[in-house]
Amino acid sequence: MQGIVIATLIVGVIGLLIGAALVAAGKKFYVEVDEREALVRECLPGNNCGGCGQAGCDAAAAAIVNGEAEVNVCPVCNEKAIQEISAIMGVDGVQTVKKRAFVRCAGTCEKTSVKCNYVGIRDCRSAVMSGLPVWECDYGCLGFGSCVEACAFDAIHVRDGAAVVDPDKCTGCGRCASVCPKNLIELLPGDAKAAVACSSKARGPEVKKACSAGCIGCKLCTKQCEAEAIQVENNLAGIDYDKCVGCEKCMEKCPAKAIVRP
Amino acid sequence: MLRKTFQGGVHPADGKEFARNIPYRVYLPKGDLVFPLNQHIGKPARPVVQKGDLVLTGQLLAEADGFVSANIVSSCSGKVKAVENRKTVAGPSVPCIVVENDGNYTLAEGIGTENDATNLTSQEILEKIKAAGIIGLGGAGFPTHVKLAPKNPREIEYVIANGAECEPYITCDDQLMRTKGSEIVEGLKIMLRLFPNAGGVILIEENKPEAIKAMEQACAGQEKIHIRAVHTKYPQGGERSVISVIAGKHLKLGMLPADAGCVVDNVATVHAIYRAVCKSEPVMERGFTVSGDGVKSPCNLMVRIGTSFAEVLEEAGGIREGVKARKMLCGGPMMGIALVSPDVPICKNNNALTVLTTDPVEEAEKTRTACLRCGRCNQVCPLGLTPQMMAVAAEKKNYERYEKKLYGLECIACGSCTYICPAKRPLMQLFKQAKAEIMAAKRR
Repeated sequence: MQGIVIATLIVGVIGLLIGAALVAAGKKFYVEVDEREALVRECLPGNNCGGCGQAGCDAAAAAIVNGEAEVNVCPVCNEKAIQEISAIMGVDGVQTVKKRAFVRCAGTCEKTSVKCNYVGIRDCRSAVMSGLPVWECDYGCLGFGSCVEACAFDAIHVRDGAAVVDPDKCTGCGRCASVCPKNLIELLPGDAKAAVACSSKARGPEVKKACSAGCIGCKLCTKQCEAEAIQVENNLAGIDYDKCVGCEKCMEKCPAKAIVRP
Repeated sequence: MLRKTFQGGVHPADGKEFARNIPYRVYLPKGDLVFPLNQHIGKPARPVVQKGDLVLTGQLLAEADGFVSANIVSSCSGKVKAVENRKTVAGPSVPCIVVENDGNYTLAEGIGTENDATNLTSQEILEKIKAAGIIGLGGAGFPTHVKLAPKNPREIEYVIANGAECEPYITCDDQLMRTKGSEIVEGLKIMLRLFPNAGGVILIEENKPEAIKAMEQACAGQEKIHIRAVHTKYPQGGERSVISVIAGKHLKLGMLPADAGCVVDNVATVHAIYRAVCKSEPVMERGFTVSGDGVKSPCNLMVRIGTSFAEVLEEAGGIREGVKARKMLCGGPMMGIALVSPDVPICKNNNALTVLTTDPVEEAEKTRTACLRCGRCNQVCPLGLTPQMMAVAAEKKNYERYEKKLYGLECIACGSCTYICPAKRPLMQLFKQAKAEIMAAKRR
């Protein structure tokens, strides 16, 4: 009987001491957490895609609260989420520019053809490093799908040898653009009305030989455009999305149909 | 006892029987010559000629831009046709100087004058080497004047002329040693003048008995120069394998050969040094092997830099009748680069064209399986790395583990692991990509 009492006392006293020590440590080492951080984190999508340049959504929330990042740093958030974050942070009048990825190449299997028999690792970056020209066109999509692997939203797929973005699923995080060794993927403003689906800087005859969907730099689009939104530089048309009004006259005139509705 | 070999390595079929006994033939090109500005490691050279200029054989076309860079000289006389982007061996288009060959090969002033090397200072020797545009002719293409100017020349113990030529099919260094032995020894003597405490070593694999004999005769009576015949094993010619055999030292991460007291240069480079210093001849031509079971008459040629591969293939009789060439390589089958078209120029560091009637890579693709964990790649790696684990890290893009734990950046891409792998894994390609991505991330 006495043994039980002693044991209970010892355990009880030790428990009290440890409890007191824990309380003291908790007070001493208390780290102040901004409660806004948790609220902002709630608004972020939680994919940890890294499109904002931070290590993930937790890091992004901390950066927003510390003022190291803008409230609209997340490219994936929709307008409502951005407004909520602005409300939490007490910032007004934040503009959200929704972006989306667009593959500047339409060189599918029927438009261009395979030049050499590449049998190495099925990865665009490996293929580029091998130095072998896989397709007739030196600038176009390789179709091994490094971007497909990078996409966290299942929004990009390789169809007929060229990558295509699904605009409904794309959040504009830009991860595909960062892995493409040919730098084919451009982040367009969400309301872009026309885009050039070609990246070839080769001269017209070379492009024609390599691919039937390539921009040959003929400047017909420049002449058509009333808004002066298209310029041809390095044998390749480029559209100023701010000026473009979406009249689609360039699309009708383009002999290769290289300008498309994104 | 003298060491005869290094740890690891493989024994591929050497294919040297095609061209090994065929002496050099001088080939003068008929078409235009193309000189890529980035033939060497380092910064591309800066052109000093313009379109329309008349140039003579041996005249400077582009000068070294910065310390790690090399001069490029014209190897024919004629008119500069263009300075434009052209396709090269490595694939992408790079800036090149194109010279329209007039076929006369008129020499520029001062080329070919005999010099006495014995009263030149080290500085003068290095300047002559730099002016001649000498780079590592064995394949790496590192500018030689940089390699021969280490921080402390007195600490160099061995100056090694590398005549291992371990790459299958290639025989141009073998022929060079057989025919130009005394000139190689002279070149090595010039190099030894730069390093007062060093001895010269000429390293040759045992499968070249004629070359060993010729070099022994050439350096008879030389006290500071020795011949070392070593076992035939790939990659004996790799810089680190050479150092481990000669000096018995293993280079650690980030160490240069000079840190182990060694300077290693290919015998062709040593010969080029002799020609630059004693004959005032810059790098205009080099030994070149056209070989493989797809070539009609395999041969060793003395070709001009800038000649197209198509022209030398024609000189070797073209593709053998009745067979289909499945693979064309610049270099040998172990480390060579596949050519899509032979219409690319020969650079200073290209030593062979190999045409094969089978494509082992394509066949490997058909029988590829998952890793068997047999560990043979670990046994053959000449650097003592673990390719099996490196491949897993590279595939999973776990680059931190690849670099820090597995020392993957040490890989010299010799391809021994890929050669031995029974599961036909594309190991070397994985490592090349991993290395490139890690280096790109570091530059960012």
